[in-house]
Amino acid sequence: MYDFEFKKPGSIKAAVAMLESEDAQALGGGQTLIPTMKQRLASPAVLVSLAGIAKMQGVNVANGVMTIGGATTHADVAANAQAIPALVALAGHIGDPAVRNRGTIGGSLANNDPSADYPAAALALNATIVTDRRKIAADDFFDGMFGTALENGEIITAVRFPLPKAANYQKFLQPASRFALTGVFVADTKDGMRVAVTGASEEGVYRWTEAESALNDTPEASALDGLSVSPDGMIEDLHGTAAYRANLVGVLTKRAVTAL
Amino acid sequence: MTKVSMTVNGKAVSGEVEGRTLLAEFLRNNLHLTGTHIGCDTSQCGACTVHVNGKMVKSCAILAQEADGAEVATIEGMANDDGSLGVIQAAFQEHHGLQCGFCTPGMVMAAADLLAKNTNPSEADIRSHLDGNICRCTGYHNIVKSIQAAASALS
Ligand code: FES
Ligand code: FES
Repeated sequence: MYDFEFKKPGSIKAAVAMLESEDAQALGGGQTLIPTMKQRLASPAVLVSLAGIAKMQGVNVANGVMTIGGATTHADVAANAQAIPALVALAGHIGDPAVRNRGTIGGSLANNDPSADYPAAALALNATIVTDRRKIAADDFFDGMFGTALENGEIITAVRFPLPKAANYQKFLQPASRFALTGVFVADTKDGMRVAVTGASEEGVYRWTEAESALNDTPEASALDGLSVSPDGMIEDLHGTAAYRANLVGVLTKRAVTAL
Repeated sequence: MTKVSMTVNGKAVSGEVEGRTLLAEFLRNNLHLTGTHIGCDTSQCGACTVHVNGKMVKSCAILAQEADGAEVATIEGMANDDGSLGVIQAAFQEHHGLQCGFCTPGMVMAAADLLAKNTNPSEADIRSHLDGNICRCTGYHNIVKSIQAAASALS
């Protein structure tokens, strides 16, 4: 790892100012960034830890919306997000216990790993990503593998999840990396059924809109019987072929709907 | 170089580190606490597991400066004051929970983290708590047995 200057501001304002310089990089829990820097795939000159900003911590529920601070760890979400049980289950199965004590929801969303769990939750639950400068709907946030709508130096300060009527996440675990080989998050929301798929597409997380329409007509797993998922554009690697992942999308969606 | 100060196994310590100095490196190189092992350095094996403010973390995936001001616990703090093995360590010895011993510091720290929260863990609780701790020798069965034995010894 190349050396860098470490900073730990106590406020969002101070963090944003420190991140103005082009080779500064925000640090959440470091569970992706530190290994990436060890491989020299990233080499920021300044690392700005967000862990000292009290405002970016914790889980709150008010007026039908759960707000999770951007620097809240997966372990804290698993312990405090009872208002959305599917999110408790999701956060409690990210990586392993040590990773969950460090990794953060803001870090995961900002990284948008194509196999990460949180992007599927944010998209299916129609979350709003709150940053230091604006609010971004999840539908407008994710922009292809590892891509997001975030500008340079923009920080995710919180994520707002409208409470769903019901939700379920089905993760087919890749047991070595502990990421989703494929994962499907289904939510029954006030705007209808939303189905978000992670770990499958080369474009990263996406909504399976055909399944959503079918479920809006008939909210049962059998509504999905006639649908097929094309393997075109699906991730293919040593853990699973594109066709295998395409099949998993259908299977996991049915399981999630059945578990709602 | 920047000065960091923290409490390690109840003792106040400090030292000069670079931005990139990992907590594992600070413990091993600055403090000579070499019980914390670096098995992979890619945050997969868990041999480097320590506790920071009462929570288990991989010390190869946290910067020393991130732990500035923290309470850190390492394997060296698991023995009794007279140097004899602590309860979890003794259970690993008794139940053959180690062979080469390389993963053991991490296993013991993961076990201590679990038992601090759950005094009567099921076998499934133990196994899932060890998701991030890899052992290439034992096949895990005796590690699970050791932790079960430690749980009953402690309760
Ligand atoms: S050395 Fe830290 S996880 Fe392997
Ligand atoms: S005892 Fe050898 S790696 Fe676990």
